[in-house]
Amino acid sequence: MSEPEHTLSILIIDENRLRAAVIEDGLRDAGYSNLVIVHDVDGIARRIADISPDVIVIDLENPNRDVLESMFQLSRAVKRPIAMFVDRSDQAAIEAAVDAGVSAYVVDGLKRERVKPVLDMAISRFNAFARMARELEEARSQLESRKIVDRAKGILMKTRGLSEADAYAALRKTAMNQNRKISEIAESLILAAGLLAPPEDQ
Amino acid sequence: MSDRHSYEIVAGFMPLLDSAVLVAAHAKGFAAAEGIDLTLVRETSWASIRDRMAVGHFQVAHLLGPMPIAANLGLTPFAVKTIAPIALGLGGNAITVSNGVWARMAEHGAAANLDPSSAGMALRKAVTELNGQGRPPLRFAVVHPFSGHNYELRYWLSACGIDPERDIEIVYVPPPLMADALASATIDGYCVGEPWSTAAAKASLGHIVTVKAALWRSSPEKVLGVAASWAEREPEALSALLRALCRSAQWCAAPQNCAELAAILASRSVIDRPAAWLEHGLSGALDTGGGRIVQIDDFFVPFARGATFPWKSHALWFYSQMVRWGQVAHTPANAAVVRDTYRPDIYRRALEPLGVALPAANAKVEGALVSPTPVGSAGASLTLGPDGFFDGMLFDPDRLDAYIESQRR
Repeated sequence: MSEPEHTLSILIIDENRLRAAVIEDGLRDAGYSNLVIVHDVDGIARRIADISPDVIVIDLENPNRDVLESMFQLSRAVKRPIAMFVDRSDQAAIEAAVDAGVSAYVVDGLKRERVKPVLDMAISRFNAFARMARELEEARSQLESRKIVDRAKGILMKTRGLSEADAYAALRKTAMNQNRKISEIAESLILAAGLLAPPEDQ
Repeated sequence: MSDRHSYEIVAGFMPLLDSAVLVAAHAKGFAAAEGIDLTLVRETSWASIRDRMAVGHFQVAHLLGPMPIAANLGLTPFAVKTIAPIALGLGGNAITVSNGVWARMAEHGAAANLDPSSAGMALRKAVTELNGQGRPPLRFAVVHPFSGHNYELRYWLSACGIDPERDIEIVYVPPPLMADALASATIDGYCVGEPWSTAAAKASLGHIVTVKAALWRSSPEKVLGVAASWAEREPEALSALLRALCRSAQWCAAPQNCAELAAILASRSVIDRPAAWLEHGLSGALDTGGGRIVQIDDFFVPFARGATFPWKSHALWFYSQMVRWGQVAHTPANAAVVRDTYRPDIYRRALEPLGVALPAANAKVEGALVSPTPVGSAGASLTLGPDGFFDGMLFDPDRLDAYIESQRR
């Protein structure tokens, strides 16, 4: 029952294991089962010769791209010449790929309609991964802010003898008056306390 | 705010000593003084620089001298037409071997003076010995198939009687990973730009055996690659950038700026290695391994002797080596593409107002000058050379066919 495009052999090279998994997952869902994932490019020449992939997907930031391309040039390790991207004239697809940070190599002569969905999937998964990484970073900084607010509350409770609720209310009021974030007020308060407190209190 | 025109230019570069002219143009304000808002983006591979130029992320980039030629000849995937209107200096590379190979070379009479002839002779004996024992051939790395490194390593080996395709193996490794590859014994030696040979010497992983400046003095290395479509659209911005780079090259060449330049290049966003490592390459006093310092004249030349001029004879020599090693067929049409890639006309037009030395010729006989020689120029006076190949050969760009024929394998 396998569709002809699903017989494509695809090699994914990415040092970032998580991202490689995200791409693999996307391609499997789309019905591609002939996938090989490589994280480390040591000995890649023989792997490529063994696998003989139709498409290679690699992250743009990978320092070993020059190594990979030189292998295609030598064509001793790789039997068939490989050209980059689906079609040189497909500028939009190329721009989308480079913007997303992904690069792809395909066997010369492979019809573009067979490869296009693979590239599109890789692009969308790379973009999704970047978004996820950004969200994770934001979550991390939110967690960081909460810790900072907790510390500031602690300082207020200790120095002014406030309850936790009152300490939080004081921070919140100052933030609202100054039109700033609570975490920013908390940060300045911690900084000030650090500067003003006598050494034995630190 | 000044009322001057402001040009926005984004440039890609690789973490290498010879990114100096481009990096200092930004760091020392030469670009800003020309009304350029210059953004530098460090890249991890030449392929990535090429791709990002092709989609317009970069208008210009620090490129290996043969790269724009290969792009215009259609030898690299996904390349756009690229011109080289200015060079980013001369020399700057070194060849390093593992401690094991060095020990064998020393047994066969190699002296630690970076002399290419005696080092090559000793390496040939070591290679013959190893291959005679039925061991796998030594493996040398260069940074890219279309690189000065690839061609100078092969030139040196061939001239010393070592066949770079039969007697040894040549592989490709990114510059910052060279010393690690040597440490893991993945490779036995390499040719790379600084500070990536110094990196091996400092870690006692290998010995520098010779340098580009000793193989071919005042020889071409990196250029500023410019997307041809952008150059046509923005000639004024390009001229402004070339003036900024020329002033930057002058600043980089002044010995009193060596320590400051080393510190700029050493920073995290540029090469991210100790400034002391970079000072070796900038001063030409190389630590060849085990703390032995050898002073090399003209190891890296950012400005003097027309170091930024995009000589067509340099482009044609690179091309002759592409033909020699089977990367491209020699045809009159290909040679014409190569000549049109390096653009001394743009260089002259942009730099004329500065009063710097502008060579009168577009090409010269490479290797002909045995001593510093005054040559015809507009603007300031110009002295070229010495520029000899270590084996005494000459490259006359007007006799390209004969040169290619003489190197036919």
